[in-house]
Amino acid sequence: MKYVDEFRDPEKAQALASDIRRLVGCIPRARRRPLQIMEVCGGHTHSIFRYGIQQMLPEEVEFVHGPGCPVCVLPMGRVDDCVALAERPEVIFTTFGDAMRVPGSRKSLLKAKADGADVRMVYSPLDALMLARKHPEREVIFFGLGFETTMPSTAMTLIQARAQGVRNFSLFCNHITIIPTIKAMLDSPELKLDGFLGPGHVSMVIGTRPYAFIARHYRKPITIAGFEPLDVLQSMWMVLKQLAEGRCEVENQYGRIVAEKGNPKALAAIQEVFELREFFEWRGLGSIDHSGIRVRAGYADFDAERKFQVPNIRIADPKSCQCGEVLKGVIKPRQCKVFGTACTPETPLGSLMVSTEGACAAYYNYGRLDAARGAPA
Amino acid sequence: MNEVRESGAKTASQGIRRTGRVRDSHINLSHGSGGKAMRALIEDVFLGAFANPVLDPLEDQAMLPLAELARHGDRLAFTTDSYVVDPLFFPGGDIGTLAVSGTVNDLAVSGAKPLFLSCAMVLEEGLAVETLRRVVASMRSVAGEAGVSIVTGDTKVVEKGAADKLFINTCGIGVVRPDVCMSARNARPGDVVIASGVLGDHGTAILIARNQLALEAEVASDCQPLHGLVAAMLAASQNIHCLRDATRGGAATVLNEFAKSSEVSIRIRERDVPIREQVKGACEILGLDPLFLANEGKLIAVVAEADAAHVLAAMRAHPAGAEAAIIGEVTAHPAGIVTMRTAFGGERVVDMLVGEQLPRIC
Repeated sequence: MKYVDEFRDPEKAQALASDIRRLVGCIPRARRRPLQIMEVCGGHTHSIFRYGIQQMLPEEVEFVHGPGCPVCVLPMGRVDDCVALAERPEVIFTTFGDAMRVPGSRKSLLKAKADGADVRMVYSPLDALMLARKHPEREVIFFGLGFETTMPSTAMTLIQARAQGVRNFSLFCNHITIIPTIKAMLDSPELKLDGFLGPGHVSMVIGTRPYAFIARHYRKPITIAGFEPLDVLQSMWMVLKQLAEGRCEVENQYGRIVAEKGNPKALAAIQEVFELREFFEWRGLGSIDHSGIRVRAGYADFDAERKFQVPNIRIADPKSCQCGEVLKGVIKPRQCKVFGTACTPETPLGSLMVSTEGACAAYYNYGRLDAARGAPA
Repeated sequence: MNEVRESGAKTASQGIRRTGRVRDSHINLSHGSGGKAMRALIEDVFLGAFANPVLDPLEDQAMLPLAELARHGDRLAFTTDSYVVDPLFFPGGDIGTLAVSGTVNDLAVSGAKPLFLSCAMVLEEGLAVETLRRVVASMRSVAGEAGVSIVTGDTKVVEKGAADKLFINTCGIGVVRPDVCMSARNARPGDVVIASGVLGDHGTAILIARNQLALEAEVASDCQPLHGLVAAMLAASQNIHCLRDATRGGAATVLNEFAKSSEVSIRIRERDVPIREQVKGACEILGLDPLFLANEGKLIAVVAEADAAHVLAAMRAHPAGAEAAIIGEVTAHPAGIVTMRTAFGGERVVDMLVGEQLPRIC
């Protein structure tokens, strides 16, 4: 496949891997403990496992799988809110596919659908808007989810809905923003991160400038990374090169997609429709200030939280779950008390076990090779 | 099924003469009521297409001569499958081609010679009779190709909304030669794994045909009977250890079944797994794994290494196996696990699918 195979070339990968081994030898810290590099985005986690990238790296380098899977950080209470909305008889509840299996305290959306709620999987918020126009007698709610990657399409859909005068369409907004979250994690005392692979898709929208504080204040190198396996390897190489040379900068490996200033049109649409919430509850990480997004007053007619009685349920994470520690890289998925026993992809307790981008599901699905061979976690 | 809304009767009933014509353009409850309308439907639509000496007497059951069965081997293979695909028609086939080739293939991969099929249909009130005719014509055509006779049947009509347009169940009977003994438990370390052609076409064709994706790609279902291919393979080697068609759950599921049942490990190489560029592209966009996509005319074989080249050549010489390829090997450890050497040079586990394969959001 053109523009894809070029980024999966095994020979280039071997060359990069051996250069990475050489670089690690030049970083004194790596002799005391493994370097911990966090890939913020779930898309990277997926690539790392799908292509077996960790096994190509020397033992002195570890990936820490960050919070950038929007499905994984969704708290149970929000899923309960979704189910409550979906169970209203007049509602067609539309959602991206992988949010359907996330467990709520009562049930998942998939279960709600089986129980008779009209839950439909869509591939774009525009599909949901189209449904609303097709069913004027019903109320169509779109479950807006994701970081800045998916925000522009949701924003554009609301702008279109208003322009078209659609009255029966609304958004249950659960968008979140990445920068306050990275900051909260960097402020966490348990954390021992050495550097970051920055999220490629988010950065396509917001550009590279918002990450400057990571290098400046926290003295950590960060490389904005693409999602093909060579992108990930090269980005890792770039972070290690910074560490070896004692630099802390924001570098952009994904230059073919990400511009320094981001995408101004997408940013304008976000600005038009959304504003920051004071705080938002994250699964495993607790409440993070200014990390959630809500619909502005000007679009109140399209805000499901204003239009319907959303129960706004708050449910504590299950006690046995250690999702937070996994998300912060304090423990590996396999070190969690319930990993692979009470919590499996078939019966997920924590949402990290649900999405294919979740660290636990990835460990479970792809990582058992190491376990089978008796390799360390 | 609720007795009140269900109505129906055996197709093969009480010596009906083939004179009826269906006058309605759409199916209604009277077509399953056992009365004149149903008689006309059976005679016109089904008997016209499926006519054969076993079906024609129209008894409540088909009588299969044991002597003829015994000529083909020493064991009966018996299978059943229900078909509920949506949409009914898709590039490369329809629910009728699936209903025959799917059941034929379930027989064929045991090494059986497929001989007889049943055909039970659940029709939703309001279905166009013309649609039913098209499906029945497809069934007839594939049955002819596969050399099987449809010898008994049943028709039910349910109220609108109680079923989705048209469901079909087919059962199949075949006969296995004494010298053929294949099982998912027979894979041995050193064996070679062969795929009979490009994987994931059917799953991709259905996804695109559902038209929810606004994706354009010319991918047709691979829906086809595999009895001829299996016969060619069995003629080429006595050492085919495992054989299964890779339907729901795709090749990954079959490989896992082999690895678990035989308590061996299977290692495949991504580079050698035949997948169409269009299918790869659709999977890239949707975040799906082609190894888990359904096929309806592909099988996975585990063959003794010494015979592998010979079997592969025989497969490639058959139209249903022209793109067959060796995709991996069987090893002893780690038992029960399927791994794949990625084209990128890493290695990963290929697990069974959990739930439905849901597209990722970003």
